Amino acid sequence: MEALARLIVTEPPQTPADVKAAAAATSAGFAYGLAAIGPGIGIGYLVGKSVEAMARQPEAAGMVRTTMFLGIAFTEALALIGFVVFILIGL
Amino acid sequence: MIAEAFSFPEINSILRWKDLFSTFNKVALIAVAAAVIGSMIFILAGRKNALEAPKGVRNLAETSVEFIENGIVMQTMGKDGLGWTPFLLSLFLFVYLCNVPGIIPFLQMPATARMAIPMFLALLVWVIYNGVGIKHQGLGGYLKSTLFPPGVPAFLYILVTPIEFISNILVRPFSLMVRLFANMLAGHILLVTFALLTSSLITAETSQFLLKPMAILPFFMLVFLTAFEVLVAFLQAYIFTILTAVYIGGAAHPEH
Repeated sequence: MEALARLIVTEPPQTPADVKAAAAATSAGFAYGLAAIGPGIGIGYLVGKSVEAMARQPEAAGMVRTTMFLGIAFTEALALIGFVVFILIGL
Repeated sequence: MIAEAFSFPEINSILRWKDLFSTFNKVALIAVAAAVIGSMIFILAGRKNALEAPKGVRNLAETSVEFIENGIVMQTMGKDGLGWTPFLLSLFLFVYLCNVPGIIPFLQMPATARMAIPMFLALLVWVIYNGVGIKHQGLGGYLKSTLFPPGVPAFLYILVTPIEFISNILVRPFSLMVRLFANMLAGHILLVTFALLTSSLITAETSQFLLKPMAILPFFMLVFLTAFEVLVAFLQAYIFTILTAVYIGGAAHPEH
């Protein structure tokens, strides 16, 4: 953590409270960033597949759209739980 | 030596409002106003004549009922779910009218960005879909169809049943709550960030004359994010309601 902090600021943190704050800020950023990778891929795949389904059979577009929204809600919840962790660790 | 020109304010200062009177602050005011406005739409619409073509507030009321019926109930519960329309309509309208003040000037706080309202609504939905399941299938039958899904070989139940328990009974209300809460909180924080960037760039006391016109960039992001929040407010209310309908339909008629 101190090495990472040295990359970003010119003066590395000295006191334990500073070290804790630096570590919290670094890992909070990591928490949300890593949590957003999976749902990003998942939602992209899901919407792509549903666009393909709507293009193959335009009459089913309503049902495909509803199921797409359901799927997006489920996968986005995972990224948002990561966001809650980010908030809890502290901005 | 690092000079700090601008730092994000502490999170409590954009989320905690002063009490208007004892234990009642702006977030509670928005929630109460959402409930009152939602009810008044339908009370006023109910007074109009039902036989002539709808216009005005009755048109709005009928459009929203049709939206819930065609877009949510018929898609997930079928015809025998139409009795749930009033509940789903109230849920949708309350969540939507609590999300929208995030972009209304002078209010600018979605009431669902605090954990209380999403938590209570998720608990309510949890009680309702478990209650519907118990009522339709009996306590033993409901637990059996939820925790021991048919079509699974018997030796896999050791693995599947804890997963089904955690997923159906623990994670569902939690994810409903977190999805709504974190979406609205994230949107609120983003809007605050770009508004603060714009105002701090405009009011910066600096000798670099090119710094102030740079404020147009976060301003464009702010405009775009406000438009995006219009969509997100509606979408989150829609997703909350349609997931409620899916859970209730799944509890009433489990798939065979």
